[in-house]
Amino acid sequence: MAQRAIREYDGKAIFAKHWNDYFDGFHYSFKSVLVTSADELRQKAKEHGFEWLNQEPLVAKPDMLFGKRGKNDLVLFKVEKPGDVTLEDAAKWIEEKQSHEVTLLTGQKGKLTHFIVEPFTPHTQDQEYYISATVVDEDDVLYMSAEGGMEVEEGWEEKVNEVRIPITMSDDEMERAIKANVPDGIPAENRERFASFAIQFFKFYRDLNFAYLEINPIVMVGNDMHILDLVARLDDTAGFLMKDKWGDIEFPTPFGMEDMSPEEKAIAEADAKSGASLKLTILNPEGRIWTMVAGGGASVVYADTIADLAGVKDLANYGEYSGGPTESETQFYAETIFDLMTRYKDPRGKVLIIGGAIANFTDVAKTFTGIIKALEKYADKLKEHDTKIYVRRGGPNYEKGLKDIKDAAERLGLYMEVYGPETHVTDIVRMALEK
Amino acid sequence: MSNRLFTKDTQAIFWNNNKSAIQRMLDYDYVIGREKPSVAAIVAPTSSNKFEKFFYGPDEIMVPLYRTTADAVNEHKNADVLLNFASFRTAYDVSMEAINMGDQFKTIMVTAEGIPERLARKMNQAARDNGILIIGPATVGAITPGAFKIANIGGTIENIIKSKLHRAGSAGLVTRSGGLFNELCNIISLNADGVAEGVAIGGDRFVGSVFIDHLLRMEENPDVKYMILLGEVGGVEEYKVIEAVKSGKIKKPIIAWCIGTIAKHFSSGVQFGHAGASANAERETAEAKNAAMREAGIHVPNSFNDLPQTIHQVYSDLRKKGVISEIEEPEVRAIPKTRKPKNFICTISDDRGEEATYAGYPISSVATPDTGKSIGDVVSLLWFKKVYPKWATDFIETVIKTVADHGPAVSGAHNAKVTARAGKSVVESLVTGLLTIGPRFGGAIDGAAKYFKYANDNNMTPQEFLAYMKKQGIPIPGIGHRIKSLRNPDKRVEGLKKYANEFFPSTSLLDYALEVEQLTTSKKDNLILNVDGTIGILMVDMWRALGYSEKEIDEFIESGTLNSFFILGRTIGFIGHILDEKRLAMPMYRHPFDDILYDVKPAEEIK
Repeated sequence: MAQRAIREYDGKAIFAKHWNDYFDGFHYSFKSVLVTSADELRQKAKEHGFEWLNQEPLVAKPDMLFGKRGKNDLVLFKVEKPGDVTLEDAAKWIEEKQSHEVTLLTGQKGKLTHFIVEPFTPHTQDQEYYISATVVDEDDVLYMSAEGGMEVEEGWEEKVNEVRIPITMSDDEMERAIKANVPDGIPAENRERFASFAIQFFKFYRDLNFAYLEINPIVMVGNDMHILDLVARLDDTAGFLMKDKWGDIEFPTPFGMEDMSPEEKAIAEADAKSGASLKLTILNPEGRIWTMVAGGGASVVYADTIADLAGVKDLANYGEYSGGPTESETQFYAETIFDLMTRYKDPRGKVLIIGGAIANFTDVAKTFTGIIKALEKYADKLKEHDTKIYVRRGGPNYEKGLKDIKDAAERLGLYMEVYGPETHVTDIVRMALEK
Repeated sequence: MSNRLFTKDTQAIFWNNNKSAIQRMLDYDYVIGREKPSVAAIVAPTSSNKFEKFFYGPDEIMVPLYRTTADAVNEHKNADVLLNFASFRTAYDVSMEAINMGDQFKTIMVTAEGIPERLARKMNQAARDNGILIIGPATVGAITPGAFKIANIGGTIENIIKSKLHRAGSAGLVTRSGGLFNELCNIISLNADGVAEGVAIGGDRFVGSVFIDHLLRMEENPDVKYMILLGEVGGVEEYKVIEAVKSGKIKKPIIAWCIGTIAKHFSSGVQFGHAGASANAERETAEAKNAAMREAGIHVPNSFNDLPQTIHQVYSDLRKKGVISEIEEPEVRAIPKTRKPKNFICTISDDRGEEATYAGYPISSVATPDTGKSIGDVVSLLWFKKVYPKWATDFIETVIKTVADHGPAVSGAHNAKVTARAGKSVVESLVTGLLTIGPRFGGAIDGAAKYFKYANDNNMTPQEFLAYMKKQGIPIPGIGHRIKSLRNPDKRVEGLKKYANEFFPSTSLLDYALEVEQLTTSKKDNLILNVDGTIGILMVDMWRALGYSEKEIDEFIESGTLNSFFILGRTIGFIGHILDEKRLAMPMYRHPFDDILYDVKPAEEIK
């Protein structure tokens, strides 16, 4: 749970939904579609309300959370000259882009699955402005520039005016501060209008619990606002307050990270349903060392230590369970990991780290019963993969928990070493690697 | 003592009746031999209980329960720590209410994870502006070993003792993670002499207090000889510590490590650890921070796995230099392995000692005439757990004497007599009489106290009161008599009024009732304040004069305490009637036919 990115399309949809409540005196015509294929785009154009797809020149680009689409040559705005892209051009372009894997300048690789298509907005460079807001340290900061576009990050210091808005600042003070900081480059006839828009933009960002909101560029033609490109992150902890305002919002996986595997999805779903915390990320499905660690902090030090001592390639997964999961939740979590780790052979055998710090209130014996049941189910497979299991845990009822799991391993004929609080938390990683 | 986070006298108000966490605090209190429990009160918004039982060592104690923080604060002004265990949905509101209570709270601990960031920032800033320390959100809390521990921190009592958290050591410990806090305490106890003060600041991105806040306090805390900081990838808080070290604000040795070196291997997307743990820039990575801290002269191990050795080195060095001396291990009071919760509670009398007591007073000290104590005194001890002054106990006795009997014709006495004549025992006959006491028989005492007090509390004029009762459709309880009137007053009432006027410090409700009587008697001569009314009203005046709050008096009325005086007094009369029947040996009673109106029609047949 934290700040999470949303699609450009969804960001614009939230703008459109609340436009009249916030942007008094300005106009925004929300003409955007989000499609996952060329056929979907062609289909969309036949729907009522989307006639403009056939009537206006279009712009198409991937809508998958990554930026610098222009520099990556992933914006279609011309065939011969800017503003000549037809529906069929856009559809063909999407088909072409989806026919192969794409590698970004950052090295991220993946397939393009989502595109946003909009009308082409003819404008000149000097009509492009920049506006964004986010949190820096403890304060909100509003950034404004008379020079929007791809190049804004170069020469940021000179081009961009910053307004720091502490959480306790009154609206009057905030408005005064914004008005006083309208960038010099904005021409006289637009200054007042821009200030007014910036103030409303900030309120919108604040009230809708955005963590980051950037329009670059925003084109201002009289009172018509054109949001050409938008990046947004929401504070998803505010979700319970924003249910109606955000609507049914999606938080997509960042591009380049393959879509979640079914196993990761299943754990994420179990996590959402549970009062406890269950997290799983597969880093290398063929990795040798698998972890099942209790607690957010402990899971990080295990990952650190494995990367330090074995190298990051051997680390198969990252994850944690905490907050007192039930026996069946723990069993499900353990079975998922055991299943994943017995899919690919490693000539050196596999290592399973069942680790954890000294729990504050989680009953160790209780959570271990879930793990033991999973071990019973997967004992043969684990043996087949020559798995060595290292256990280290402390906390309420840990003596019983450790004894139970040790007994189970003996009964099942599994290789297992078991340690309690007298052994340093990550020392089992060293022991496992020395074997 | 502001440079110490908590002392042995620190008391908390615990928001949410989290029984296991509270029990852990009280177990800790018992083990370290605190005088007062560390939890003064519990706020449980949806509970109607008044207290919750907890073990204190082998015994049980009661911790009071309140519906609101305001109520709890009213009764426990000295509790200056709020343990906010509300969910992420309500934690903000609970904190803000507490922050706005002025100087009540010095520290607020917030356990909820995932409070909306904007609300967390508002809460944190409001606390800072009011000079209140927030620990959390998303934390397991803090501990001052040997003095005070928050909720679950430190884990089970066995682990606490093993990790030497039951007595002060010499390390100041600050971590982000709560799970690793415990682990660090264990490491410190194995490699050094334990912890003097420890705080887990919480895993959310916006926490109310950060490393530097705690380290600066620990620098000034003479119990802390060196400090240990366990940071995380993400954020720049560690740099503030580096600044303080470089500028000489912090002189005590610091050992530090940032976890999350793994993050460098994964360019995007994988969230390692807490919400706060995500590096947005190179200098926020664990490596950069570890290197910068090392460069500033902070003791930074090569890896988390080496942290124990570093702690041992720094500690041994300080021992050698004489900064830290040997700790004498204190006696530890053991918590019994099995404890049985008690099914009954008694707060009024005790028969376990040499002599049974009434509210702490041996029976012999109130029984015989030479003690000067009367039945009124015994009632005040056993019913109210107080020693009332003589004017009050005399009044109670007057009431009992006044209501003892009212002849054989009233329903209770009649019932008792009929039962006695059926050959039943004294106790059987008595209860049949007592069972008639209620809203129609004897109930006017309760009713009068309730309604007159209500009218008086709400500043109703007598006219308004009459109008109100009419609207409710209830005849005013305590007003009216069959034969007595203003011209022919009830001598019992006269006696009670005379006594009250002479001995009560004030009679505000009686004065009000007499104004009402003037109005009612102007309508009808016999609508006087009767004896039930007078007793009920004077009881309220008595309690007011004894210093009870209006709320407490309302509770007396609600719980039927006033009726109890009638029950007690009238029992004397009923027993008299029963014994009378036994002496007279009257036969079984049968009611005469001619006193019953028979009106029986043939039953209609329903097809």
